[in-house]
Amino acid sequence: MTNKAQYMTPEVKVRERLKLVFTGHVDHGKSTVIGRLLYDTNSLNRGIIDKVKKISAETGQPFEFAFLLDAFEEEQKQGITIDTTQLQFKTEKRDYVIIDAPGHKEFLKNMISGAADAEAAFLVIDAARGLEEQSRRHAHMLALLGLNQIGVIVNKMDLVQYDRMTYEKIVAEISQFLANLGLETSVCLPLSALSGQNIVEPSPELAWSNGPTLIEALDSLAKGTEDDLSFRLPLQDVYKFDDRRILVGRIEAGSIKIGDRVALSPGRKVTTVTKLAAWLARDEKTRAHAGESVGLMVSDEFFNRRGEVVSSAEKPPLVSQRFKASIFWMGRSPLIPGHHYKLKLATSETEAWVSEIIHLIDSATLDALPPTNNRVGFNEVALVEMNLSKPIALDLFSSHKATGRFVLISSFDVVGGGIITWAEDTGDVKYGFIHGQLKARCEVFEEYYYNADEMAVNKIAQEKPLYTIGDLVPLTGQSYVYPEFFDIVIFRDLVAVKIRAGQVADILPLSDYAFQGWPLVNGRGFGVMVRSQDDWLRAKADLATLTSENQTARVQRWLDFNTYRHIPIGVHDYSI
Amino acid sequence: MDHIQSLEAYSIFILREAKSRLGRLGLLWSIGKDSTVLLWLAKKAFFGHCPFPFIHVDTGYKIPEMISYRDKVVKELGLELIVHQNKEALADGMGPDKGRLVCCQALKTGALNDMTRTYGFDGLIVGVRRDEEGSRSKERVFSERNQSDEWDYTNQPPELWGQFKTDFPKGHHIRVHPLLQWNEIDIWRYIEAENIPVIDLYFTKNGRRFRSLGCAPCTGRIKSEASNVSEIIEELKNTNTGERDGRAQDQADPYAMQKLRKDGYM
Repeated sequence: MTNKAQYMTPEVKVRERLKLVFTGHVDHGKSTVIGRLLYDTNSLNRGIIDKVKKISAETGQPFEFAFLLDAFEEEQKQGITIDTTQLQFKTEKRDYVIIDAPGHKEFLKNMISGAADAEAAFLVIDAARGLEEQSRRHAHMLALLGLNQIGVIVNKMDLVQYDRMTYEKIVAEISQFLANLGLETSVCLPLSALSGQNIVEPSPELAWSNGPTLIEALDSLAKGTEDDLSFRLPLQDVYKFDDRRILVGRIEAGSIKIGDRVALSPGRKVTTVTKLAAWLARDEKTRAHAGESVGLMVSDEFFNRRGEVVSSAEKPPLVSQRFKASIFWMGRSPLIPGHHYKLKLATSETEAWVSEIIHLIDSATLDALPPTNNRVGFNEVALVEMNLSKPIALDLFSSHKATGRFVLISSFDVVGGGIITWAEDTGDVKYGFIHGQLKARCEVFEEYYYNADEMAVNKIAQEKPLYTIGDLVPLTGQSYVYPEFFDIVIFRDLVAVKIRAGQVADILPLSDYAFQGWPLVNGRGFGVMVRSQDDWLRAKADLATLTSENQTARVQRWLDFNTYRHIPIGVHDYSI
Repeated sequence: MDHIQSLEAYSIFILREAKSRLGRLGLLWSIGKDSTVLLWLAKKAFFGHCPFPFIHVDTGYKIPEMISYRDKVVKELGLELIVHQNKEALADGMGPDKGRLVCCQALKTGALNDMTRTYGFDGLIVGVRRDEEGSRSKERVFSERNQSDEWDYTNQPPELWGQFKTDFPKGHHIRVHPLLQWNEIDIWRYIEAENIPVIDLYFTKNGRRFRSLGCAPCTGRIKSEASNVSEIIEELKNTNTGERDGRAQDQADPYAMQKLRKDGYM
């Protein structure tokens, strides 16, 4: 008999891993709690401990548990956490990634970086000092970041002689605050990190709490999953390294299998998954789940680009250019309505601006406040209305986290983050021109051809870009040639567009447009036969009030197809 | 998905973000286990292709087996490899006897920074991990370096929701860290699960093995009987010494790595 055992994988038991962040006001002892937890569970290697001992000896300071995490010289010298750290440790039940987040308000952006990565959070509160400004602000941030498992640690119980009343008062206060944020408190416990009470072993001093130790509290948290939601995969890229065309991205929600009908939004084009591609044959599979990075092959070749969202065909995301969001501002300069930012949502990047600051939210009381000077300042939270330069695929944060949140960039830096609370679904309507609130559809650069098989004129399906002031437009196509200077009048959206030297020079309401002698085309690229302002006013009156009775006569009177367009014979379907 | 599969998926996501968002990219390959895992992940992310060159910053003091192994792998996999050295410093007799940090600064940081500029890289993929040492534990996945290759570690950008630093002035570059979330034992578990070939310096010879690879004069071997990957995993489960304890430069100053890395060290 051959010895089979040696070919078997030695460890098949799969351990769960949970990411936990510790947050709270500066000096309430987050780093000490974590340092103590890691030290008491023997999770730190000797090198780190020796290093901290060496530093303590050199500086004549007592051994500082927080230094086990606060690795930067500046952090140790000042005794505060500046940046977030991640460390790992394990209990019997599972593995943990422990994230330490700074509590000083100057470093809120670092706290957010740490907390955004977590699946559950602990709020650490100093028993002697109770809730302070950053305790509440951090709780508010955790709600905005979508964390719904929050534990409460009342630390430094030694400073209040392990007093039960003090503990219960703090717990009642924070639980109420969390409830106002729509959050339930998952677990609460008193402890003293400095003296090691209630970390690993139950503390005799805290016997009245009957509660869990810190280790037990960690293990009581549940691990969430995005697997049951409808499928979402924000497209990262399209690869054509060889003869395969592979759409790549990470599954943010739901699952996908070969044969599934999927939609690609914002275009909402529908196709079928034919293969989940992989480098190694052993990695090829028929089904993939939330969290996996996959390569999809589909039955139809569309023009696909990064930023599109692949979804189930039945439950696609919203397609929107306007939404409301709760945002938190991390920029040194305030958010200003009308100022343009780059918005990054999943893998899409779009130009965006705030059209209205609806109200600010006071992080201490959660009250709605009117904005000061119509600005959102550093570390402030606000409800705003956002506008985008083009429609993108998105979701409400309450239905899909990954496609319902975004960051804003201003001159290279992330200055804000937000979660979408309401969105106007514009669906399939695709605009071709945009400027501020003005939007117009555009068929000026569409290509037509004569299909000799069908003896019909067909339009070639193509991806349409969105033009705004300053953009170059394609003056020459296969089926049209426009002059370098001309005007476009779009009656159905009541917008006029001026093209000068091949560039969009202006986009204005049709009512403000005056004819200045430049060649004129309508929204489909047909010539509009006017020679004077009087002609234009008559044409406008006629064409803006078309009915089924009058339209043939009026269209024939004012419009001419052949001025700038012709119809080439399409070669794809031509057979003799 | 178990956590090793999750780590793999996230690393692939990061590599694909780098490919999509950064211009000229290169992967720093040190021949060690971490960057070898990185090579494997790149193959997975790009379906067997490798759309960027590999770079080896050769100090001239590397353990000789590393160089022969490097050349063998490059030939086998048909990799595009850039080898870069600070020839000037070597000609001037730079070595660890001039001071370990001075030597690292010249032969690693200096050569790396010079290479970045010579080839005009916008992004360098580096296999550092948070659990290696303190300053790395504070890193971002996409970490900006300015035109002098410096790391402004006291003012790192927020990094949330998989939105990485992809906007930066021309002349700056991004260090991309796809393995930041992994720890040492994860690397070995992945090597075992995927059956990834690694250099045999990691396996015991006369009762000692290398746990971390670097330059011959500054890298020590640990006492070990581990002769294969699963024995290394068993050993790591029961150790409480640090992975880089055998790396002399780390011990030269309590903040050695922070100081080196501020100036561009990997």
